[in-house]
Amino acid sequence: MKPLDPRLLRYSAAARGYLIVTVVLGLAATALILLQASLLAHLLAAAATGTGTAVLAGSLGALALVLAARAAAGYGGEVTALRAAAAVKSQLRRRLTDHVVKLGPAWLCQSPAGHRSGEVTTLATRGLDALDPYFARYLPQLVLACVVPFAVLIRVGLADWISGVVIGVTLPLIPLFAILVGLHTKAVTRRQWRLLARLGGHFLDVVEGLPTLKLFGRAKPQAEEIGRVTGEYRKATMATLRVAFLSAFVLELAAALATALVAVEVGLRLLAGHMSYSTALLVLLLTPEAYLPLRAVGAQFHASTEGAAAAADVFAILDTPVPGRAARASWSRPVDLRTDTIRLNGVRLAYPGRDRAALTDVNMTIRPGDQVTLTGPSGAGKSSLLALLLRFAEPVSGRIEAGGTDLAAIALDAWRRQIAWVPQDPHLFAASVAANIALGDPEASREAVARAAQAAGAYGFIADLPQGYDTEIGERGLRLSSGQRQQIALARAFLRDAPLLLLDEPAAHLDAATASRLEESLAALTAGRTVIRVSHDQRSTIGRVFIIDRGRLSQAARVASGPKNRVALAVVS
Amino acid sequence: MTAITPAPGGHPLIGLLRLARPMRRELLLAVLAGAGACGAGVALLATSGFLLARASQHPDIVAISVAVVLVRALSVGRGVLRYAERLYSHDVAFRVLADVRVAMCRKLERLAPAGLAAFRSGDVLTRLISDVDATQDLFIRGIAPPLTAVLVGAGATTAVLLILAPAAGVLAAGLLAAGVLVPLVVATAARRAARRAAPARGELGAAVTDLLNGSAELHAFGAVEAGLDRTRAADAELTGLARRSAAASGLGAGLTAVVSGLTLWGVLLLGVAATGAGHLGRVPLAVITLTALAAFEAVTALPAAALQLGQARSAADRIAAVAGTPDPVCRPDHPFPLPERPVTVSLRGAGVRYRGQATDAVRDIDLDLRPGRRVALVGATGAGKSTVAAALFRFADLSAGTARLNGRDLAGYDPDDVRTAITGCAADPHIFDATIRDNLRLAKPDAGDAELAAAADQARLLGWIESLPQGWDTPVGTHGTALSGGQRQRLALARALLADPAVLILDEPTAHLDPENRRALTADLLAATAGRSTLLITHDLEGLDQVDEIVVLDRGQVAERGTHSQLVRAGGVYQRLAEAQGDPR
Repeated sequence: MKPLDPRLLRYSAAARGYLIVTVVLGLAATALILLQASLLAHLLAAAATGTGTAVLAGSLGALALVLAARAAAGYGGEVTALRAAAAVKSQLRRRLTDHVVKLGPAWLCQSPAGHRSGEVTTLATRGLDALDPYFARYLPQLVLACVVPFAVLIRVGLADWISGVVIGVTLPLIPLFAILVGLHTKAVTRRQWRLLARLGGHFLDVVEGLPTLKLFGRAKPQAEEIGRVTGEYRKATMATLRVAFLSAFVLELAAALATALVAVEVGLRLLAGHMSYSTALLVLLLTPEAYLPLRAVGAQFHASTEGAAAAADVFAILDTPVPGRAARASWSRPVDLRTDTIRLNGVRLAYPGRDRAALTDVNMTIRPGDQVTLTGPSGAGKSSLLALLLRFAEPVSGRIEAGGTDLAAIALDAWRRQIAWVPQDPHLFAASVAANIALGDPEASREAVARAAQAAGAYGFIADLPQGYDTEIGERGLRLSSGQRQQIALARAFLRDAPLLLLDEPAAHLDAATASRLEESLAALTAGRTVIRVSHDQRSTIGRVFIIDRGRLSQAARVASGPKNRVALAVVS
Repeated sequence: MTAITPAPGGHPLIGLLRLARPMRRELLLAVLAGAGACGAGVALLATSGFLLARASQHPDIVAISVAVVLVRALSVGRGVLRYAERLYSHDVAFRVLADVRVAMCRKLERLAPAGLAAFRSGDVLTRLISDVDATQDLFIRGIAPPLTAVLVGAGATTAVLLILAPAAGVLAAGLLAAGVLVPLVVATAARRAARRAAPARGELGAAVTDLLNGSAELHAFGAVEAGLDRTRAADAELTGLARRSAAASGLGAGLTAVVSGLTLWGVLLLGVAATGAGHLGRVPLAVITLTALAAFEAVTALPAAALQLGQARSAADRIAAVAGTPDPVCRPDHPFPLPERPVTVSLRGAGVRYRGQATDAVRDIDLDLRPGRRVALVGATGAGKSTVAAALFRFADLSAGTARLNGRDLAGYDPDDVRTAITGCAADPHIFDATIRDNLRLAKPDAGDAELAAAADQARLLGWIESLPQGWDTPVGTHGTALSGGQRQRLALARALLADPAVLILDEPTAHLDPENRRALTADLLAATAGRSTLLITHDLEGLDQVDEIVVLDRGQVAERGTHSQLVRAGGVYQRLAEAQGDPR
């Protein structure tokens, strides 16, 4: 793994600026370390001959200045680092959210591992926090590790070439040992930490499943089992740690032995009179400084991997190309679905990473004012067809056109303005009821919002809310029932007042009484519009009925005409 | 063995620390090794100073030979002791973790599920688990470093005291400031920053969640820019706060440097003055100066330790809150023997009120479950159906009325024994992150393959399991995410059938399914439960013409009871439900 991902500098201007500041601060810190050692050595040697404070006042003052400068540099470095971390996090977060939005809802839903939004949310919030220690601890230490050892080596070498040689020979041992021991233990340690993490996951699984375990009399044995397994993992982990800690041991030992070696060697030459006291002190004071940053950067290994991993996760998403030609269509033939017919010709849709096509060879004509029902088993491709019409996804082959124009050539905004959509499980935003209804038109007047709510049958329950239309709902506000959520979604669609209405099983999660009330509002909404309705239930079919099974579309044997129609189910089962 | 009990009126951390008592030998060894390692580092520099200062006086080599040996021994000793400290402290941490886990698991086992209601919402439970995991850091980073620092600081100060008393005063003051004052400042600044940033973090989380979970709606309604604007505003607010709190955080790094610099300078000044006045030789001057220089290594880890203790305190608070929750169900001291089959259960005027609630969840419930009979408990969401199941599972105590099992008081049995006779599927059954076989065998650990296959067949799962490439050994993923909703419900049903209890209770076995799957599963479970004593809890009236009795609950009370044919024309709640569900009959 690279110590510094070049993409971090490419994607974040703040990171570039910060890196320069860190290098400057690192050089300043190095200079101050050398100055402090020289002054200290000079003072101790001068005082040894009985020189008093009066004579040494200048040097003492200079030392005070150096110490103050080091404190200031420490403070400044920390503040710059934390500010830079905040700025970089902000820049990455904005790029990430912008890009994810460009990738669209299809990308968020269609990962092989299921819905992605949870993991991206975590990455954009808590995940990026791993960059704090990366910037505040690891990077400054990395710069110091690159500068200080060489500076010290040169300074010591100039004062006493023999000690310089000792340091010069032992210094490379530190990274060498670190790499050797690291190579040996890294894989083992990582496996062990992963096992421990999995053990934590297992514990969570057991705790969440306690009611089920209790029902089958397995809860008490599980508690003992957790204790036993944790104990076993402790033994196994300690066995690996015994080896893993060897790396730190070797590094410390090398540094300490080198210091001892230099101290003794310098001491013996001092004894023989081959060297001055002040030079000897300088060498003694500087020698540990050469090893310190190398060891410290190793200690920040964890911060470096976590920060780099978080950044790499962000880059993996940022490097995902935005699909589709449509997003870039700048010109547009005006399209009006009140008069234009939609045609699907040989449309095929396949999501990346899936073996099977979601839709195959779909042909369909939707004329203005048509009422169409799509039915078929779960996962057959009903919602995928709506996704195509909403342009969340694009066909891999075939053509969708409206009024004779390829959909891809119609500007996305203009196209979607013609559509109102009522999803299966509508999302309510953390905002007021009014803002949720006015999602498509934030400028809508309160009267217009209230009219839409009335038409959706939501007027009654909204009036009963503590602050009426200003009541906060969604994530951190009031929880609404499934029926109320659907009514809000219907009100959205009413306010949208679009010629094409897409209904994705709006009653699927509702109990029967609520569903029948919803149907009344739906009847008002569908009147006079082109409607495509996805439905499981033969009772709620309207107009022409199409059956989708394993991605293939076929029209039902006869036109459905009412609640007694069972054609759809007969074909499906 | 161990139990987490909140210290009466005491600090929640004390409760955690008490867990480490059996390991105090290891903890002591860890601290001593740490102090030894750190002390060896200080002594190494001081001895080297002695060596050079003495050598510069050009004495006989014998005069410095002890120092030469000592320097070498200290440099080796430091590494060895540091290694020992790391091993011991990690060992203690893992042992404590195991104990906390077991103690929490035992407590949660007694609480589940009724007593856990307060902890189940959102990610509270997840956080509780990470709190338990966080206790391992408490010992490694929070407890050992301060104790180590006290020992090393005291040692260094004593050494200087023997040489030059005023310098020892300066050193002690400096170490105290860097070891106590700076960590306090750092921890306070961090706490204040976290508190100030909490609302901004919440808003950012909500904005991003809305942006991503509501992505389809935002696109469809052309509101993407508005969603992004909200995220950007939240990000700007949080970033602004982080920039402002950076100054406070930087203070920690700056203050430590100021204090250590001042101390070094003070000790040096006093030393040089004493040397100039002829009170102090060059050797002791070098020793005290280098001691003061090296001693601050002992306190550098303390600001981090203070932060760790602050975090551990919050974790300990939450753990103590769980530990302090009273058990929801009373256990008899001398329980009746295990109930024998056949089993009859009856509720008379039964009521349940959950702790802290002002009203009864259910009241005046009469219910009879007799061998071979199937009873359905019907009602809208929130009518109290699952509460009746909880009372029968002995997850909740009755607050009124009686519950009898084979004629004896239900509360007089050991709750675990009751559940060998009365069990099944609770609402939202948990599917474990394990194989299909393990998930099923949970209900009967000694079940043979034939028994497993029979239960799976009754739940109409066998064909599908055998068609899988890994068959019975297919992992189902966390919460069974690798399965469809219908497969999860069928797996839970198969588990309940495998347990083969005297009384089978199925709480909303068709929840979260689409109508097609609901109908198919209902038909299968009615076939599988024919001739068993069963309590079927549902809000869906499909197939209820096949059960012996239907009890309709409405707002916690029995509204009506009878068979499907009686109730469907009774003009009550049931008829309204039936009409709303468009029942053609």
